[in-house]
Amino acid sequence: MPTENGTVVDDLLVYRESADRYVLVVNAANIQSDLDWIQSHHHFDARIEDVSSETGLLSLQGPHAQGILQTLTEVSLQQIRPFHFIRGSVSTVDAVISRTGYTGEDGFELYFPAEHSVSLWNSILEAGKPFGILPAGLGARNTLRLEAKLMLYGNDLDRTTTLFEAGLGWIVKLAKGAFIGSQALARQQTEGIQRSLAGFEMMGREIARDGYPILFDGREVGRVTSGSPSITLKKNIGLGYLPMEHAAIGSAIQVLVRNRPCDARVVPTPFYKRRNE
Amino acid sequence: MNPENLLYTKDHEWIRIDGDTGTVGITQYAQDTLGEVVYIELPKVGDAFDTHQSFGNVESVKAVSELFLPLAGEVLEANSALKDAPETLNSDPYGAGWLIRIRIRPGAEKSHLLSSADYVAFLAAQS
Repeated sequence: MPTENGTVVDDLLVYRESADRYVLVVNAANIQSDLDWIQSHHHFDARIEDVSSETGLLSLQGPHAQGILQTLTEVSLQQIRPFHFIRGSVSTVDAVISRTGYTGEDGFELYFPAEHSVSLWNSILEAGKPFGILPAGLGARNTLRLEAKLMLYGNDLDRTTTLFEAGLGWIVKLAKGAFIGSQALARQQTEGIQRSLAGFEMMGREIARDGYPILFDGREVGRVTSGSPSITLKKNIGLGYLPMEHAAIGSAIQVLVRNRPCDARVVPTPFYKRRNE
Repeated sequence: MNPENLLYTKDHEWIRIDGDTGTVGITQYAQDTLGEVVYIELPKVGDAFDTHQSFGNVESVKAVSELFLPLAGEVLEANSALKDAPETLNSDPYGAGWLIRIRIRPGAEKSHLLSSADYVAFLAAQS
């Protein structure tokens, strides 16, 4: 959801439930600012409702996600394509079953009335036991989403970063007609961008963390927007906005780790791609 | 679980005092709370620190945590084996996972250090 400047109010998914009913799945931290934004730009014959607090969301991710979930529902999960959804009963709970996630792996997200959260959680954990299911928190999810270069709003995207700078040009459809931000984005497409979100890996064992300065020739040229060890790749990786002259793959940069400049190199992203993709 | 010949701090470091030198590490509780340790930054030989001053960092996947010196002193040796095997801190925090050896500053105040039993009581009171 862009601003007039082509920067980002929030990174969200839109579910089209019917021709006149849409559900926006937004970042939990942005519920109020998204609502404010939508209401202040609302000139349509539409009703806007915040159903956040009565809606539960559980995410089942990984190569066994379909096998586990299929034991709890009559719906044929095979038929749900990535970024599509279907309504169905999961362990007797009425849910939206969506083939989406924030891990870079195959998986499903379930939306349902919040009062069923605990029972559904328990049913899924029970059904997943033979598959070796494990509960995972925000830390695990953050590592996975970074390896897959899924951006985090507030870190990698915000109201100062444009869609083109973030490498999100593929979701910008200027030919489809005017929208909020389309003028700014069209101008930026013509003029080009000055900086770009680049992925890097550390050459040594030091770990780049969110907010650390990125240097070239001793001068700060950017900041780490997301940085972490990558468990899957056994490397230390990160993202940051870099001037175009330093954003090309192979560019040598440095990350300032506790006042010590440490060598890093711009690499292709995503850092990790699952095999069957 | 926490050896009785060591003294402990409320920051979850331990020190083994041997005459005027001390060996310093982090506790079982600390390593367990941190999770898998992936990087450790230790001071150089000759660096001097006050009691409770930060002398290095330990990083897990999620976060960076500072290391605080239980007693003022000068670094005699840093455990260089940890550079290539930081996970030793998880597997053997009271043995091979030691961090540094120091020469304890003469007259350094020790009253804040906890015995093994006091540390266990402190942990129990925290939970």
